[in-house]
Amino acid sequence: MDYSSAVFYFFSFILLFSAIKVITSRNPIFSALFLVLSFFSAAGLWLLLQAEFLAIALVLVYVGAVMVLFLFVIMMIDINIEVMKKGFWNYFPAIGFVSIIMLTEIILVLNKPFFKTPALFKPPLKSNTDAIGEVLYSDYILPFEIAAIILLVAIIAAIALTLRGKKMHKGIDPAIQISVKKSDRLKMVDMGITKTKTKKRVKRN
Amino acid sequence: MIGVVGIFLNRKNIIILLMAIELMLLAVNMNFIAFSYYLGDIAGQIFVFFILTVAAAEAAIGLAIIIIVFRNNRSIDVEDINRLKG
Repeated sequence: MDYSSAVFYFFSFILLFSAIKVITSRNPIFSALFLVLSFFSAAGLWLLLQAEFLAIALVLVYVGAVMVLFLFVIMMIDINIEVMKKGFWNYFPAIGFVSIIMLTEIILVLNKPFFKTPALFKPPLKSNTDAIGEVLYSDYILPFEIAAIILLVAIIAAIALTLRGKKMHKGIDPAIQISVKKSDRLKMVDMGITKTKTKKRVKRN
Repeated sequence: MIGVVGIFLNRKNIIILLMAIELMLLAVNMNFIAFSYYLGDIAGQIFVFFILTVAAAEAAIGLAIIIIVFRNNRSIDVEDINRLKG
């Protein structure tokens, strides 16, 4: 076993172990930390597959940003873990059925003669980041810009969803302004003085 | 596959459901990169780049939704989110 396959088995063992721990651990914080570990080992595997740019991007984006977001949310909301774990194995027959189907599908696909052919691997002519950038900004420029728009939409949506309804300005809400009724603004006052005057006038007449 | 099993196993906690989705996306990305290496084609890695973008956006919006659900329900149990049932 040469060096690269030893590294491969090392990282893939950690990846599988931590992925199993993500879904079975009792505390969601442990799940999040094991998810971090599995992302790290996936990044190691991608380095082995000569996708250096994406490995670094995975560590930066996922471990740096998304997992911090997960941990924030987990710590913000207090969860009753014991209640959460009730009925953990209730769905086991369905799980077993679906997993067996998926496993047979994977085995059937991997037995195709396509996988017996030697790899078409070409040694890279330039650095991985260079190659990705060259294609990304020429052939895939439209998907790239759409991805930017998706990120913008995600920013706006996340802020708009979690914004508390606290007013920072003195403007009037148009809905309230439209739905106002006459009785809210105008109050008919029964004025006693005029009444007595009319009564007196009636007496004099 | 572990991600799918995770979805079935953790029918209670919606945060772990989101983590299982992340695991499945990671598996897809792993396949894309492996075949990109195997076939000597850079297009797979471009696709992984876009999947990473969309997954980050999805995680952000999903967690925002979780926060609102918790604010309204005081719980993030999947079985408590049944208000639409009437």
